[in-house]
Amino acid sequence: MNFIEIFKVSIEAILSNKMRSGLTMLGVIIGVLAVILLVSIGEGARVYITKELTGLGTNLLIITPGKTSTSGGFHPPSAGTVRKLTYDDSLAIRRRAWLLTDAVPIVMGTGRIKFRNLGRDSMVIGTTPEFQRVRNLFVDIGSYVTQGDVDSKAKVVVLGTKVKEELFGDQNALGQVVMLSDARYRVVGVMQKKGTSLGWDVDDVIFIPVTSGQELFDTDSLFEILASTPRAEDVDRAIGQIKDILIRRHAHKEDFTIQTQGAMLSTMNTILGVLTAVLGGIAGISLVVGGIGIMNIMLVSVRERTREIGIRKAIGARNSDIMAQFMIEAVTLSGVGGIIGILLGVGLALVIPLFVTVLPTSVSVWSIVMAFSFSMAVGIFFGVYPARKASLQDPIQALRYE
Amino acid sequence: MIELHDITKTYHMGDVDIEVLSGVSLSIGQGQLIAIMGPSGSGKSTLMNILGCLDRPTSGRYSFETREISALDDDELAHVRNAKIGFVFQSFNLLPRYSALKNVEMPLIYSGIPARKRTERAVPVLRQVGLADRMHHKPTELSGGQQQRVAIARALVNDPPLLLADEPTGNLDSRSGAEILNILTDLNKRGVTIVIVTHDQNVAARCGRVIMLKDGKIVDDRGNA
Ligand SMILES: Nc1ncnc2c1ncn2[C@@H]1O[C@H](COP(=O)(O)OP(=O)(O)OP(=O)(O)O)[C@@H](O)[C@H]1O
Ligand SMILES: [Mg+2]
Repeated sequence: MNFIEIFKVSIEAILSNKMRSGLTMLGVIIGVLAVILLVSIGEGARVYITKELTGLGTNLLIITPGKTSTSGGFHPPSAGTVRKLTYDDSLAIRRRAWLLTDAVPIVMGTGRIKFRNLGRDSMVIGTTPEFQRVRNLFVDIGSYVTQGDVDSKAKVVVLGTKVKEELFGDQNALGQVVMLSDARYRVVGVMQKKGTSLGWDVDDVIFIPVTSGQELFDTDSLFEILASTPRAEDVDRAIGQIKDILIRRHAHKEDFTIQTQGAMLSTMNTILGVLTAVLGGIAGISLVVGGIGIMNIMLVSVRERTREIGIRKAIGARNSDIMAQFMIEAVTLSGVGGIIGILLGVGLALVIPLFVTVLPTSVSVWSIVMAFSFSMAVGIFFGVYPARKASLQDPIQALRYE
Repeated sequence: MIELHDITKTYHMGDVDIEVLSGVSLSIGQGQLIAIMGPSGSGKSTLMNILGCLDRPTSGRYSFETREISALDDDELAHVRNAKIGFVFQSFNLLPRYSALKNVEMPLIYSGIPARKRTERAVPVLRQVGLADRMHHKPTELSGGQQQRVAIARALVNDPPLLLADEPTGNLDSRSGAEILNILTDLNKRGVTIVIVTHDQNVAARCGRVIMLKDGKIVDDRGNA
């Protein structure tokens, strides 16, 4: 007997009890929807972070004071003295590590900036002109901190757009004098508008020369040194060069850590990949519950149609015909449920970011393929038992069934 | 055409064995019209189910045409039921969701016949039982007599050589019963071998041969004049 006929019979059975079929499908729909949605949120986070980090350049090296092992533990210095990173360290690296294009010293802290009666607490970054290129953040109006400013510890400040707007509104800020923790600074530039990146508001920052920053925060050390190589292949050799230079300068101790953007990226990718898998797995459980719903309804349906099974067998249906009829019914329920779940899941995943901007989503083809195959598999797995039960009915007992 | 040799059927009810058929031997020739009679519980339906390949005997040999039925597996039995035997039940046993036409087409589905051919074959059979004008009605929209005629059409649609009817008029009033009986005797005249289980003397009187069953044994087997 041909497949299309059995298929029709199964579809008719599904349609003859729309309410029940719909509710049964709902279990699968919710399961598939949850898988697609949660995986798209996990993927969205991964794609977002990857994009933000690669936007900074994967050839970026971050040198921080103190030694952390690759396993993440922090080892306190054994000899007691941790040499801090200094401005001179950064100069030495820039001069001698020829594989690097830049070595940018950075001090960081918060400070209160005031203009007339308006004030704002912002992040203050003390740095050098190369910062613009390394972090891909550029001045829009006026000029950035210059090497001359750094050398002369000039009291100049470049404002992020948000700071500028808060203090000056539409007015021109260039040339104005602001107070930064009791010191008078002259505004020399305003940054391009950037928005939020990886949790910090790039527009709510002010930049001053690194030397002025050390004075402001009353320190002779650096928060970190950012370095970059022009070519990804040079990253490992560049790390070697930096180590050589710093170890020699730090009394032959490796009391600093060099991280690469690429390594951070792959760590983040791993973490978020696991997170996505966990989310998908949890959603998968609801899909299994949906499958149990199918099995339950199929068992009821087999029982209700015992007599029909008897009649079909009496007029020549083989066990395999009956088996196929109920299998197709179960798989159709789960398959159609799966498709509806995919449509709703993808739809929601596309709509959610429009309303909840902090929740980027990314719908991946593999999650669709996986959710659909899983829902089909659930239909097959939970359909086999009821269908087999139906096919093995004794025709005479089945015909007697009331 | 059919040879039953020493057929027994035993049901196990807990510890006790109930022998419903005990050594039934029977030979049915091509084109016969046979009535099976006997008191309730004598094993008539059990015998019919075995003849119809719906059930297997506990022991004994059953050959149909040249085939040894006892040796067939489930799928082969299904094929015999589909192609060689038409079954008519006391309670009609139509599928309520389908129209008369669809019900009649049903056996052809399991013979693998394409949709158009099925309709081509089902319609004349429905006409033959006088239901051409009711073919799109569902069973619930038909009278008992009409439902039984649909069931006969379904049994006939595959042109089986053997038609088995277990109390086909049992649920019908006498007029509908007479109509059904006319249809069956007409069919027999065209060469279909028919076995009817009945409690009705009038039905038995129209059959060429009457078999009496009692306590699972054939107690009488005679030809009518
Ligand atoms: N599945 C079964 N399990 C146990 N006993 C059974 C089973 N089926 C039938 N029987 C018994 O077999 C005996 C014969 O049943 P059968 O249905 O063949 O009788 P019958 O001659 O058709 O009776 P009726 O005229 O009432 O239809 C009965 O006593 C019945 O109780
Ligand atoms: Mg009976």
